Amino acid sequence: MLVFTLRRCVQSIAVLLLMSLLVFVSVYAIGNPIDILISADADQIERARVIAAFGLDQPLWVQYFYFIKNALAGDMGRSFVYATPAMGLILERLPATLELAVSAMLIAVVIGLPLGLWAGLRPQSMTSKTIMTVSIFGFSLPTFWVGLMLIMVFAVQLGWLPTGGRGQTALLFGVPFGFLTWDGLKHLMMPAFNLSLFNIALIIRLTRAGTQEALLQDYIKFARAKGLRNRRIVGVHVLKNILIPIVTVVALQFGSIIAFSIVTESIFAWPGVGKLLIDSIRVLDRPVIVAFLSLIVVIFIGLNLCVDLLYSLLDPRVRLSEAKG
Amino acid sequence: MTMPTLQVENLQTHFKSRGGIARAVDDVSFSVAPGQVMGLVGESGSGKSMTGYSIMGLIDAPGRVVGGRILLNGQDLRTVSAEQMRSLRGNRIAMIFQDPMMTLNPVLRIDTQMVETVLAHQSIGKQAALTLARDALVRVGIAAPDERLHAYPHQFSGGMRQRVAIAIALLNRPDLIICDEPTTALDVTIQGQILFEMQKLCRETGTALIWITHDLSVVAGLADTVSVMYAGRIVESGTVAQVLSQPRHPYTHGLIASAPSRNPRGSPLRQIPGSTPSLLKLPSGCAFRDRCSYATEVCTDTPPTRTVDGRALRCFHPIEAMP
Amino acid sequence: MFKKITAADTPFSRFLQAFFGSKLATFGFVLLVLILLAAVLAPFIAPQNPYDLEHLDIMDSNLEPGKKSLDGLAYLLGTDDQGRDMLSAILYGLRISVMVGATSTVIALGIGLSLGLLAGYAGGRIEALIMRVADIQLAFPPILVALILLALTGRGVDKIIIALVTVQWAYYARTTRSTALVERKKEYIEAARLLGLSPLRIMFRHLLPNCLPPLIVIAALQVASAISLEATLSFLGLGLPVTEPSLGLLISNGFQYLMSGKYWISFFPGVALLVTVIAINLVADQLRDVLNPRLQVQ
Repeated sequence: MLVFTLRRCVQSIAVLLLMSLLVFVSVYAIGNPIDILISADADQIERARVIAAFGLDQPLWVQYFYFIKNALAGDMGRSFVYATPAMGLILERLPATLELAVSAMLIAVVIGLPLGLWAGLRPQSMTSKTIMTVSIFGFSLPTFWVGLMLIMVFAVQLGWLPTGGRGQTALLFGVPFGFLTWDGLKHLMMPAFNLSLFNIALIIRLTRAGTQEALLQDYIKFARAKGLRNRRIVGVHVLKNILIPIVTVVALQFGSIIAFSIVTESIFAWPGVGKLLIDSIRVLDRPVIVAFLSLIVVIFIGLNLCVDLLYSLLDPRVRLSEAKG
Repeated sequence: MTMPTLQVENLQTHFKSRGGIARAVDDVSFSVAPGQVMGLVGESGSGKSMTGYSIMGLIDAPGRVVGGRILLNGQDLRTVSAEQMRSLRGNRIAMIFQDPMMTLNPVLRIDTQMVETVLAHQSIGKQAALTLARDALVRVGIAAPDERLHAYPHQFSGGMRQRVAIAIALLNRPDLIICDEPTTALDVTIQGQILFEMQKLCRETGTALIWITHDLSVVAGLADTVSVMYAGRIVESGTVAQVLSQPRHPYTHGLIASAPSRNPRGSPLRQIPGSTPSLLKLPSGCAFRDRCSYATEVCTDTPPTRTVDGRALRCFHPIEAMP
Repeated sequence: MFKKITAADTPFSRFLQAFFGSKLATFGFVLLVLILLAAVLAPFIAPQNPYDLEHLDIMDSNLEPGKKSLDGLAYLLGTDDQGRDMLSAILYGLRISVMVGATSTVIALGIGLSLGLLAGYAGGRIEALIMRVADIQLAFPPILVALILLALTGRGVDKIIIALVTVQWAYYARTTRSTALVERKKEYIEAARLLGLSPLRIMFRHLLPNCLPPLIVIAALQVASAISLEATLSFLGLGLPVTEPSLGLLISNGFQYLMSGKYWISFFPGVALLVTVIAINLVADQLRDVLNPRLQVQ
């Protein structure tokens, strides 16, 4: 187990370095690094500081070295628009995005898992067929358009929910979160639901397929021969088997949710990292873009690593064979 | 005379398919006394496994048990409710399947899978259930039972897994155990061990055993009585001594004669000509008549089960002597 | 004797039978055909050319669906802020959306397929290299990769097609390589090799046809996904330029008018997008069920 973890960590670091090189090349090679990191109206002192910190007057490989050094220290230059450190801006907004992403994933699992289970247990029933047809909608509906429609119906026409923004937040471990206040929850509902739609459909399909497959297995027949109650057969034998692939997909999809939050945040004016990115792209606030890129690379490689480890932890066959081998 | 543990009368199990109705179990009758071992022999497709599933109530659509009685200690299983049947399974009747790799849930520990069997039928505490599980493992000859309880199925060899399945079957001290080819997937040496242990356990506990197999040698060594199935029907049934050394039905005779061990060295292996017909395309009357050298026109009627020479027989032309 | 093989017995006809056996799939197929026809014939069937500035009248802007223009032309779906007829704008937009989606999928398929075949057939270092790149690519969500690419390269039809291709190829490559790995061990490949056929020929004439079924299903699903992705990117202001508005851009235009209740500017293009994607998904779903060997009842 330890060997496996170490091996995967080393691989991840290798990929991280490779990606950092890619980021560096794309940022520095496409255009003048001076334009990228120094705002047009920055004063001389700032210019000198950045040129020194990033070695912009030095050969390319030295620049890369400085880039990495600064990245590790969290210095990715200053935002052109806000004149504060770019990485700081991003980290400030990260909790909002994470709150949205986690809520969306929770909604997806809480709705998708039971529906998929039902559809898998009674595949021929009307309910099941309806669920599957509705899930096609979940895949096909363009997230951004649904967001617009949700705003139109619930905010503009019915006036039940606010049109955008985050609402009131309360502190949890020193970090502001919206779900802790009723006002914050009202603001959270639509964007989180919007973001969860695709994954609801995905989880329904996965759960249904997994359930159908599990029910055909011999161990289910054996469980019935043992005289176990249906409740236990489904709740323990079936569920435990389908949870493993579902958990891994959910973990992988988390990355996709974070990515799509870019869209949702733009529509609902949610003050997260995604909205910051879009705004930065529009005004060409390049340090922020670079900082975002770097952070996202780290997050995703980390996420993939976690998924690999998670999978080996959950499946006893994998876990124990790794321990032996 | 004591009541037989299991008495099956005229059991019919049909499967609906696009090609028609397949009579997987066609008018099957037999009985098993307490502590007795009955071998149910036949080729694949003969209906022997289906008979087992029918008794357990595990026939799923498109199949259905359509007729007959299944008397477990006098109670007709076909008349009980689904919940009652559930409480009998794993409790008064248990079943062991062929492939030990697949009968245990790979993601659950052994103790979980054993304890749940106990708790489904007895209201004792979890600790007590664990003790029962541990004892059961010891009884089937598994060393270091405490370690084994915490293990997962894939950490066991095939033979051990089957022993665990047997242990699970014995947990609630059932009156009847149905074994569906449990040793087919195992090594010959392991096979012998398991057979020996099953025999011992049955003698000790008075559990009736139905051993479903295609292997006559297993039956010869283990069973008290044997029933031979062909195309969903029992064609011959009696004590092992009677049926195996003096088979009266041409099919039984052909089966025994074609066993390689019976063949003198150098001469070609004997076979039953033709092949097993599909259940959807059975000839009318006796299903074996197309392959039988003794068949005549009367065989186009279904031969009824008669008692011939101390055994049940479905044949118009029983063989008189062994060549 | 031998059963006479009639024309109705070919694998293709069996496939057609299986495919159209589902009413839902048939419905989806018909819908898809209609949509494609509408997209292709847009210039001929649209009541107005929404990009012909001469015919636009700003006086007609923001009209509700059903209202008429000053010269009697009925705006079935209303007009936008420039006075463009929504129905026409949608038809033209559909054209662009479908074109971009389909083109990028086909190109990505070609590239991914070739690389996947190469990886599966050649093995060794080549396979390791191609797969490693594909894996890294697949670790990142498509929208993110496309977003960054477009942020760096700017707007334009070619740029968004490149972005979409970049995002899709790895999926095809990986699938092809898995199938190729399985197929390459089979005897007919060995036989081809023994006959001295060139690797290229073996790859494309022998290996490829057997790898196709899963690829067709994936490609079908991906077209829908590409169309959706392009719409999202255009909505964010990153994809197609304003001169060639796809459905995404149309929806984006209408965003600001939602609050004042002028819903039709965003609503109808969205419906068009939704219907297109659903139609493709229905067809692709059925394709997957029909072509899946495990689900086939013999």
